[in-house]
Order: sequence, then C-alpha cells, then structure tokens
Amino acid sequence: MTRYIIKRVGYMLLTLFIIITITFFLMHSIPGDPLAHMAKNLPEQIKENYYKKYGLDQPVMVQYVKFLKNLITEGDLGQSLRYPGRSVTDTILEHSKVSGRLGAQAIIIGITIGIILGVVAALFRNKWPDYLIMFIAILGVTVPIFIIASILQYSFSVKFKILPTTGWGKVKHTILPTIALSFGSIATYARYMRSNVLEVINQDYILTAQAKGVSPFNIVIKHILRNAILPVITIIGPEIAGIFTGSFVIERIFGIPGLGSYYITSINDRDYTMIIGTTVFYAALFVVAQLITDILYGIVDPRIRVSEKDE
Amino acid sequence: METISKEKFRRIQIDYKESEKIARPQIGYWQDVWRRLKSNKVAILSLIILVIIVFMTIIGPYLSGYDFKEIDSAKINQRPSKENWFGTDELGRDIFARVWKAGRVSMVIGITGALISAVVGTMYGGFSAYFGGRVDTIMMRIVEILISVPYLLVVILISIITDSRSLGTMMISLTLTGWCGTARMVRGQMLQLKSQEYILAAEALGVKPLKIIMKHLIPNVLNVLIVSISFDIPGYIFSETFLSYIGLGIQPPNTSWGALASAAQRNFIFYPYQLFFPALMIALTMLTFTLLGDGLRDALDPRLRE
Amino acid sequence: MDKILEVKDLNISFHTYAGEVKAVRGVSFDLNKGESLALVGESGCGKTVTAKSIVRLLKEPPAEIKEGSKIIFNGKEDVVKMSKKRLRSFRGEDVSMIFQDPMTSLNPTMTIGQQIMEALMIHKGMQKNEAKKETIKLLETVNIPNAEERINHYPHQLSGGMRQRVMIAMALSCNPKILIADEPTTALDVTIQAQIMDLLGELKNKFNTAIILITHDLGVVANFADKIQVMYAGEIVERGNREEIFYKSMHPYTWALLNSVPRLDTENKEQLYALRGTPPDLILPLKGCAFSSRCEYAMEICLERKPVETRLSNTHSLSCWLQHPDAPKVNRAEVLRGEMNE
Repeated sequence: MTRYIIKRVGYMLLTLFIIITITFFLMHSIPGDPLAHMAKNLPEQIKENYYKKYGLDQPVMVQYVKFLKNLITEGDLGQSLRYPGRSVTDTILEHSKVSGRLGAQAIIIGITIGIILGVVAALFRNKWPDYLIMFIAILGVTVPIFIIASILQYSFSVKFKILPTTGWGKVKHTILPTIALSFGSIATYARYMRSNVLEVINQDYILTAQAKGVSPFNIVIKHILRNAILPVITIIGPEIAGIFTGSFVIERIFGIPGLGSYYITSINDRDYTMIIGTTVFYAALFVVAQLITDILYGIVDPRIRVSEKDE
Repeated sequence: METISKEKFRRIQIDYKESEKIARPQIGYWQDVWRRLKSNKVAILSLIILVIIVFMTIIGPYLSGYDFKEIDSAKINQRPSKENWFGTDELGRDIFARVWKAGRVSMVIGITGALISAVVGTMYGGFSAYFGGRVDTIMMRIVEILISVPYLLVVILISIITDSRSLGTMMISLTLTGWCGTARMVRGQMLQLKSQEYILAAEALGVKPLKIIMKHLIPNVLNVLIVSISFDIPGYIFSETFLSYIGLGIQPPNTSWGALASAAQRNFIFYPYQLFFPALMIALTMLTFTLLGDGLRDALDPRLRE
Repeated sequence: MDKILEVKDLNISFHTYAGEVKAVRGVSFDLNKGESLALVGESGCGKTVTAKSIVRLLKEPPAEIKEGSKIIFNGKEDVVKMSKKRLRSFRGEDVSMIFQDPMTSLNPTMTIGQQIMEALMIHKGMQKNEAKKETIKLLETVNIPNAEERINHYPHQLSGGMRQRVMIAMALSCNPKILIADEPTTALDVTIQAQIMDLLGELKNKFNTAIILITHDLGVVANFADKIQVMYAGEIVERGNREEIFYKSMHPYTWALLNSVPRLDTENKEQLYALRGTPPDLILPLKGCAFSSRCEYAMEICLERKPVETRLSNTHSLSCWLQHPDAPKVNRAEVLRGEMNE
C-alpha cells in the first residue's frame, strides 16, 4: 500500500508539473501586450518600469524558472496584473474560503441525497418512486446549472421572498446556491448508485445471504449497501471538478464573492497572472482530490487493500 | 391402458440436424438492435422529438418572417404574441427566429464535436491497443494526464489563448481534450476483444487479421462508438452553453442556445419567457439525446439479447 | 423412514419476453431424513430451478410456481404457502443451500467469520463471542487450518476449495435438516472435488442432514447418493437408488449420461460418448417424449404421445415407451460400456 501511495503521489506531482508548465507557456504565448489595458496611456518610462516590476522584460524561460522557484519555495504565484500590488496567492486563499464552504456543502448534500435516492430507486425498480427519482436525476444531468439556479432564485427569492436573492455572510445566503450546485451531483450519484445496487442485487452472495435467512432489511444494509457504496468513492474526484466549474456560474448568479466568480472576472479582465494562478490552483485541487479518493478506495475495499499488499 | 397400434412402435430415423436447428426464428444483429430500440418507447419518442428539433433548426429561422438579427427598437422585450411567437428580446429581435438560428449553431457544435472526438478517439485508442506494450503505456499515460485536468479548465484556457470567438476555434478548444474519453473506451473495448476466446479461436483457425478486424472488432467497437457519440453531442452542447455563459462563447451577431440563455438570464426576473425558450430547447435536446443514448446502449448490448 | 420433504407435482414457469418457459413440469419426489438424493441432468434441465424453489429463492416474477404445486416440509408445512417471516427462519435453520461458484457466492466485503456468525446470530440468537467460538469450531469441522486466524480473512484471500468449505460450514452452522448443494464441485479442481464430496458425505453422517445434490456429472454421485433422479427438459425421466441407476437403468437418456462419464477401467481407448443434438426449447409446446428428438431408439409413438411412468421396483421407475410390451427390445449390455452391466 505504501509503495502504491508513493507511486501515485509521484504521478500526481508529474501531472501537476506538466499542467503548470503548459498553462504558463500557453498564457505567455498569447500575442499582444499583457499590460495593454493599463499601459496604453502611460508614458514610456512608467511602462518600462511596469515591465521590469513583473519581469516581463526578461525571456520567457527566465520568467518560467522564477515563477516555479517562487511557487515551490514560497507558494507565491506573483502579483495581479490588473490590480498591481495584490498578491495572487492571497487573493486565491481569501476567495477560496467562500467557495470551499459552498463546495463542501454541495458535495456533502449531493452525495448523501444522491446515494439515498439511488438506493430507493433501485429497491423500487420499475415502480413509481424509481420513475420519479430517475426523472429528477435526468433533469439534473441535462438542465444547465444556471437555468436551475435562475428558477430557484425566481421562485424562492422573487415570488415567495423566503430567501435572499444575492449576498453572502449568513447561512440563509448559502441555501439556494448549495441546492443549485448540488443538483447535478445528486443526479449523478443517484444514477450511479442505482445501477450499482442493481448489479449487487444480482450477485450470488446476495442469494447466499437469502439462503441463510437474513432479513430483507439486513440484506440491504449489510450486504447490498456496503458493496454498492464502495465504488461511489471513485466518482467523487470527477464530481469535485463538476462542483467547481459549477461554482463559476453559481457564484455569479447569487453574487457570492468566491473564487469561481473571481476567476471569471479575471478572465474577462484578461488578468493573466491571476488566470495562471487560479488555473494552477484549481488543477492542483482537483488532482489532489482525485489522488485522495483513489487512496481512500484502496483503503476501504478489502479486495484492493490485500492485492496491493501481496504485490 | 388403451391399446396403441403396433405400427406406432416402429423405429424411426432421427434427423439430428433437425434438433440442432434453433427453433426460434433467427434475426440479424442490426435487425435485432432496431427491434429492441423500437420496443423502447422512451427512446423512440426521444428520437422523434430530436428529428423535429433538428428539422426546425434547418427551416425554423425562415418561418416567422423576421431575420434573427433584425433589431426593432419599437418592440423591445415583448411577450410572446401573434406577431412574435416566442416574444422579442431587449433589442426587439424575434426570439423564435433566434432560437432556431441559435439551435443550428448548437447542433453543429454538438455533432461536429462528437464526430471529431469519435474519429480522433478511435484512431488514438485503436493505435494504442494495436501496438500494445510500451507504446500503449506511453499513449495511455498521456491520456491520463490530459483527463486529470478538469475539462472545462482546458476549454477556458484554450478559448482565452485563441481569443477569436469563431466557430472553428471554439471547436478546437472544445475537442482538444474531449476525445480522451472515447480513446480510452475504444482501447478498452479493443483489448477486451483481443483477449476474447472467439477472437483467439478465429486467429488459431487462420482467419486473416483484416477479416478479424472487419468482422469482429469493427462491429463491436461501433457499438460503444454509437453510444458514446449520442452522449457526446449533448456534452458538447452543454460545454458550449457554459462557455457562452462565462462570456467565452459565440459572439454577436451570431448566437447559440447558450449565448441566448446567458443573455436572457440577466433579465430573467423581469422577462422570464426570454430564458424559457432557449432553456427549454437546451434541456429538451440534452434530455432526448441522453435518453436515446440510454436506449441505444441497451439495444446494442448483445449480452441483453433475449 | 420419515419423510422430511415431499415435492408434489411441481410446475414452474418463467415469464420472459419471448413467452412462458415451462422450466419444471410436473416433478414429484420424496426425501427421507438423513438421506442423500442426487438430481442429475444437463444444464437447463430444470434441476437448479427445482432446488431453488425448495428454498423459495427463485425471483418471483419472472418465475412462477404454478397452482397445485406442493413442497411439504417435515410432513406438515407447505413451502409454497409459507409466510415471509416463516420463510426467513426456514432458510438457514431448516434448509440451507450452497452454490456452484464459491468465488462469487461469498460477500467480498465481509470477513468469512462475519458471514458465518451472521447465520448463528440470526437463528440461534447467539451473542457475538459465543458465535465466534462456534464459528471457529465449524471451520475446524470442515478442515480449515488456523481457523482462529482465518475468521478474520476476506473471501478473496482463500482458495476456491477453502471457500467452498466456508460455504459448507456456513450452510451447516444451524444444523439444517436439509442441505441443498447446487453443483458444489463444478467450479473446483478435480483433486479438490473429491475432497469436497468426501467432506459432504462425512458431515451428512455426522449431522444426520439430508442432502439434495445437484449435478450434471453422474461420476460425482457414484459414491455419494442413496437415490438418483435423472431430469430432462423439466421432467424426471428415471429414478432409482444408486444400484438401479448405475446397473439397471433403462432410459436411453440415462444410458447417454452413463456413457459420457470418463472411466479409467475400460480397456478399449474408445472415444468418450457425446450425446448429439440439443434439448427442446421449453417455450414451444411439447408433444410426445421430450427426449425423442435425440433418442437413438425413438419410435413413432414417442413423437406423438408422452410416455407414462413405468415402475420396475419400489424405488425404480422411468418414463419411456421402450417399456411398452409392443416396443422392440433393446439390449442394455450392448448399449453400455464396461462394468455398468451386471
């Protein structure tokens, strides 16, 4: 197991390195002046000072090495081009607290409700609860998130005025965004869990349990659920990616000062250092999340646990 | 016991061929697929709705008598009416014409995107599986790294870099890593087939490789491809919607469902109908493609043949 | 002897898209206490369906146990009419079952100890500690070394033979009156097969459990079964005790099965006999004898009318038109190879 983890961490670092390198060079290959928006009306002298300050007067390779060095030794991702003096790292950390809370809420709700709905649907296969749940699930996968968010906002904030339209700070502010953000996850987990349960139900060991005289309730709890839930862990990684791309949209609609909405602002501002920094941050978050889910799966599934030990 | 005539106890010759014949009528594979798909009402209904939507994206823009970019400041933000069936937007443009014009763009993106990733993915996955060994390991490691970056991040990054918002560059950013999933699937299917006993048996019998590929590999890979295309099309439409929403998609005067919905979303509280139609089309297209894909998957899987 | 199980006119159908498949058609038999009975036939002949119906493990629907079918347990209870609650205590406590593939019939995410203890805790109301001790004892009974350590192992850490032993231990944990073994050795190596059969025989005597053994291989039952029933296309075509089936059988299908058992003692290196043709499709209505399409001795009557059961002794009977006085005589000795002739 230790060897497996070391190997996986190695691959993860390699992947991250490649992502950072590609992002950096791609962003620096964009034709045109990265300072164009602010340098237009500036005297030549000040413009040059800016270039020096950001190291833009140096060859790309030198900039790259410096970027890597600062990132590794100090976790420093440089300064915002748009707002001179603002540290990219600090900005990311500040905004990611908000996004992190929203994302965590959405994932927890998505997994819990999704799993419950999936199990219910499978146990009532081809009866009305199944049809209803699968209908909701398919809407969750097929309706774009900003439409769901708009409908939620319209009905709960505009029509019934129960919850605030936008803003951040109180629990009530998080309710609608969390629901909107978790909708897709609920749908994915419900579909996945349903097919897992249906697969497990047809396994021979369920027949064995029945032949043993185990009650239907205990068959579901002890024999079906455990075996059906384990593979769910493997899709947590990809789901996290879904959650944070969803947060780009949700945070804008609900006016939440999170990293997602800041990322979109940076894109529209063409704030290149911010874009590089945030992209690298998101990629790292995602790759780490994937690694953790893989290792977690290895720990909880006895089959993998042992075969790795034997290796 | 009643008497039975002695005649009846004459030995008869048994024709073994007769009993080895399978008594139920045999039908060809594609015939069988079609039969099963036909019996799936949801899939057929989806197919019909899809055909209607596609048909409307072709003729729809000419039906209302308005051009999709025709601005009319006299009738801004009007509700659906006899003149403007889906109403008008903030510039007084006819939403009916715009929805179908936008649909054309979205459909083109979805279908070309899915075809590109099917072709690239099949070639990549096929090569990887065919050569095997080290080549396979390296090729698949590359795919793994590409897949480990969230897809929409790549799309956003490439969209920023190419900066031109034409359909062509958008296709590039959407498909640049979009084929990875297909490549993995095709490779998996090929490897699984390669080790299957009937393929080994065919090889052992001296069947030519080309014939094995034509007769066994292609039909089996075609299965997974058809299903993956039917899921990829809504996937690309979805991604385009997302891109348009964050301002990196199709630029005016051209439009897509995503761009329409994104523009309408800002005025949603006041003019919900402006969002309703593009949203309905996106959802309907996604839904019907997904349901059709589900149906196709069930119909194509020979293991479920009854 | 006391009858522990009486199956009367058992009819089971499966409702499929293509139509109703009559998988078991009018099967009746008795099982005495502590007796071993073998159901023999090729795959698809309805032997597994019959066995599963005794514990009501068939998925209903698509399966349907037809009106009029009776499975009487211990002379009083009809399994077909049992309540769900009674069925649960019936399974595991009165009747238990082991399956063909020990690789898939154990829960991969529970230790084998947990799986055996589960049965003990349900049926015997044991506490955890007590159940654990009993489990170790059981594992020792089925000859699993280091039982104390093994109970903490997961199924995939055990070999196929070991897993089948675990299955047997689990099945016998509550001293059931009947053990149903569905092809218990088919998925195992030949050397392990004999060990498992020996173990079953040993335990049968030790616990005085009646065993229903389901197999396609007459070789497996040669040293094991008291009674043998040969099934074909959902019907019992011949039944008798071990001697009668091996040395006095009269049904052409039984002969075919006997001839397809590989033997070490035959002098001539003749080819192993293979029965030609395939069993009839049970969706189609059957006219005449189900075996007639593959039978070397088929007569016109065989295609037209179903044969009636002929009794040769108290225990031996068969359904075949060859038993009719007008039928041409077939010399059993010529048909069968080797010592299976008296």
